[in-house]
Amino acid sequence: MSALFESHWILTILMVVPLVGAVLCLAVLEERAKHVAFAISTLIFLVSLPLFWSFETGTAAIQNYVSVPWIEPWGIGYTIGIDGISLLMVLLTTFIVPLAVLGSFTYIESKQRAFYAMLLVLEAAMLGVFVSFDLFLFFVFWVVMLVPMYFLIGVWGGGRRIYAAVKFFLFTAVGSLLMLVAIVGLVYLYHEQFGVVTFAYNDLVTLPIARNLQLILFSAFALAFAIKVPMFPFHTWLPDAHVEAPTAGSVILAGVMLKMGIYGFLRFALPMFSHAATSSAVITTVMVLSVIGIIYGAWVAAVQPDAKKLVAYTSIAHLGFVMMGVFALTSQSVEGAILQMVNHGISTGALFLLIGMLYERRHTRMIADFGGIARTMPVFATSFVLVALSSIGLPGTNGFVGEFLILVGTFRTHPIPAFLATTGVIFAAAYMLPMVQRVLFGPITDAANAELTDLGGRERALLAPMLLLIVLIGVYPGPLLRRTESSVGALIEQVEKRAQLAPLTMNSSIERLDRLPILGIDVTSEDAP
Amino acid sequence: MILDFSSQLHYVWALLPEIILAVAGLTILTVDVFLRGSRSVPSGRWVPVATVVGTVAAGAAAVFQLGFESPMAMSMVAVDEFRVALTLVILAATTLSVLFGTEYLERRGLAVGEYYFLLLMAAIGMTLLTAARDLIVVFVAIELMSISLYVLAGFDRSDKRSSEAALKYFLLGAFASAFLLYGIALLYGASGSTNLSIVASEIAAGTASGNTLLYGGVALLIIGFAFKISAVPFHMWTPDVYQGAPPPVTGFMAAGVKAAAFASMLRIVGIGLAPAEPFWHTIVWGLAVLTMIIPNLIALQEDDVKRMLAYSSVAHAGYLMVGLVAGTALGFSASVFYLGVYAVMTLGAFAVVAVIGGDPGSSASIGKFRGLGWSRPMLAGMLVVCLLSLAGFPPTGGFIGKLYLLRAAMAAGEVPLAVLLVLTSLVSYYYYLRVIWKMYFEEAPEGAVLPPVPGRGFRLAGALTVLTILAAGIWPGPAVDATDSAGASIVQDAPTVGSESPLVQPRDTGTATVR
Repeated sequence: MSALFESHWILTILMVVPLVGAVLCLAVLEERAKHVAFAISTLIFLVSLPLFWSFETGTAAIQNYVSVPWIEPWGIGYTIGIDGISLLMVLLTTFIVPLAVLGSFTYIESKQRAFYAMLLVLEAAMLGVFVSFDLFLFFVFWVVMLVPMYFLIGVWGGGRRIYAAVKFFLFTAVGSLLMLVAIVGLVYLYHEQFGVVTFAYNDLVTLPIARNLQLILFSAFALAFAIKVPMFPFHTWLPDAHVEAPTAGSVILAGVMLKMGIYGFLRFALPMFSHAATSSAVITTVMVLSVIGIIYGAWVAAVQPDAKKLVAYTSIAHLGFVMMGVFALTSQSVEGAILQMVNHGISTGALFLLIGMLYERRHTRMIADFGGIARTMPVFATSFVLVALSSIGLPGTNGFVGEFLILVGTFRTHPIPAFLATTGVIFAAAYMLPMVQRVLFGPITDAANAELTDLGGRERALLAPMLLLIVLIGVYPGPLLRRTESSVGALIEQVEKRAQLAPLTMNSSIERLDRLPILGIDVTSEDAP
Repeated sequence: MILDFSSQLHYVWALLPEIILAVAGLTILTVDVFLRGSRSVPSGRWVPVATVVGTVAAGAAAVFQLGFESPMAMSMVAVDEFRVALTLVILAATTLSVLFGTEYLERRGLAVGEYYFLLLMAAIGMTLLTAARDLIVVFVAIELMSISLYVLAGFDRSDKRSSEAALKYFLLGAFASAFLLYGIALLYGASGSTNLSIVASEIAAGTASGNTLLYGGVALLIIGFAFKISAVPFHMWTPDVYQGAPPPVTGFMAAGVKAAAFASMLRIVGIGLAPAEPFWHTIVWGLAVLTMIIPNLIALQEDDVKRMLAYSSVAHAGYLMVGLVAGTALGFSASVFYLGVYAVMTLGAFAVVAVIGGDPGSSASIGKFRGLGWSRPMLAGMLVVCLLSLAGFPPTGGFIGKLYLLRAAMAAGEVPLAVLLVLTSLVSYYYYLRVIWKMYFEEAPEGAVLPPVPGRGFRLAGALTVLTILAAGIWPGPAVDATDSAGASIVQDAPTVGSESPLVQPRDTGTATVR
């Protein structure tokens, strides 16, 4: 078994089994599809879980690495692996998907086979994004992911689902296609410099890029990632997509897909275009946009009458924090950012699930339609309060650890944005707590609320792992941080070093930069592994 | 075996696929006439079968031709990988359109020997066009192809729109032929020959440089080709003809004509007239830009899916021209790859649309697609694959094709063209997605009539189409190798005498060392 968890096969299995599961879902009876999907996604989670312990800490090397030639004439390979950053993202994905499936058991009533098949395809593609170490492979997963999500929103979504689905698709595609041009440009530059055509990440990362070109290429990558995050002012697709998507779609969008933009910055934009990414113009822009995102997201959330839309806007604020942490480039802030990605996935995912449960009972999400339901649904109310507190970052919950690390880390290099962002924590309380209060407490104004049934066994089972993690990470974040610290440390060091080495123009005397270390493989030789 | 054309017999070897197609076509025509006599009844099932046998045999002959070596100095037809690759594309398109179309033709009473004969004649014109390296042969091939297609476009005599399409196609096609012929005449005047090698070396040697005859000839030739591949602003006929012609013919025209005419354009303009590249570069660049932008914008508001696909096929001519503008072996290879994928995906899309709204008097308006994803899952699934591929979405062949073109454009320093290519693709997403959302996100209206369930031939062709598109997207290595050598093979055809052409030392062959 240990051999399996040290080889790439474990990652390959994680991507292939959901696809097999998707085919199975289509083949079985309509009412069985959900059980198949739940079994498969749970299996995937259980299989992926040991990775957390088999992962070697204390090294920044890429693990479970493999590179098999795929489209040889173009130097494209099936190159996958994980490091500390992708490890947490992979586990977050495998953790969220079964819960999303379980949360859809009663929510989805039509076309169930296709629904669960799409969810599983989506899981495979999302995992692919996090483990790819080949730019072609990464791009394929990055874009393929849009198709199942397009269908999830478009077929099973709410009233304005078509508008939301198309908007989501086109927004993401704009950035992605420009990124494709940049990738092709990068490959071309590498070919000019070293005479080899390759899409392998660990080759392309050795190319020192002239400073003016860096800015252009960085912008193309950054646009794709910033739309996905989404950063202000590219966020307008998010409220539509989140609100119209079915619960499972919202959970996955918020839980996993928003993290991909950040992941893209960490994996590609920062190390490859370090000089551009650390230039004061870029840093200032990102800081300003992040602070705007934090404050704007909070203010807009505060006035939403629709609970789901409120949660959608909080995502913009949360991701603003994460972006700020990433670009502050201190080890605390980046580690905090990664931790906060996990936290946001859990707490926002849980919020969407909770709102979904209310919606199933009342077929409304308007805050004003509720009130006093803490009396009729005590278990629901307790969970809701805990998750809401985690979302606003109360000490003792996971949200606090992440935000605190980001703020402390950012304060060291960028005190003013950090100070401004701190106000966002206060605003967070100002939108979340009134919502909780209006939904849960006060007198029961609507007779329908007096009849509500509390959470059933399935719903409790669904929330339990999330609530557990909220508290667990809140009091003991060490194991997670330990797994990211080496990768983060190496990343920051690398970015600083590369930023200085960036040449003014492309010329033949440029020397190769270092490759990333890979566990068990010598990468110093000229030929890439 | 070496083909040096010292003996007439060598032409038989060089034209083997065309000869096989001609034999098949003539056999069908004559035997069918005797079998049917004077009765006006449909032909037997053996006719489409014989057509497919003919195309498959011709395909085998084309592969067999790979074994020939042909020092091509003076020959009128080329025997190289480029020609073989495109011949196979055209034959595949012919086979698929027979498989897709026969059922429809039988329903409409059009499945007669003459139809298949004309189809094969058009195919001969097309395959000959990919090989022609003498301007006269180019003209003859284009005429053979076009005249057969004029008749095919009007084959459904009881349908007014079919006749209208035929007339429109004929009038504009005749215009195009005139341009082409005039261009050939001027080039002959400028260089004293119609043979591509001589024309090229004359231009390269400077005897023809600065010559108004030459420039006029090149410009007219390009206009002639632009008509045939339907590049903006010479595309006006496309939507009407594609909409009016019998659906099986439409798919064949969209795939075959474009492949053949574009192949010839690559060989004649891209290689033969390479020494005049500084002159035509701007023209073709401008055509490519217009052809990418305009049809994509028009297609956005087109409610008839057949017309939308027609505009999409015009837009694809624009993408293809990026490879020509790049002017390198990599660019030509990319165009060849894209032509192959394009032929399959556009045939597939037109075939599905024909099932849904192909009958005369009915339309393929977008409303008819509502709810189809759930009532006819296989048909809709096939259309989704074709549309995603047309949009250039992974993991389909269309994506690899666009990536190929992007690489070529980038390597040739045509960065604005590369950016335009992706931005216009983005615009096209909207109208391709619109069909998908109609099929899956909306419910069929009450009492809507479901399209018929296609028969065996159609299902076989559909499976082949989907598999080809996915294979080209997921495992494109072999196809990329093949098209790389196809692109390299016509670049070797470039003139070498005192040439300052950028093609002799390609800026980037793209096939360079791979680790």
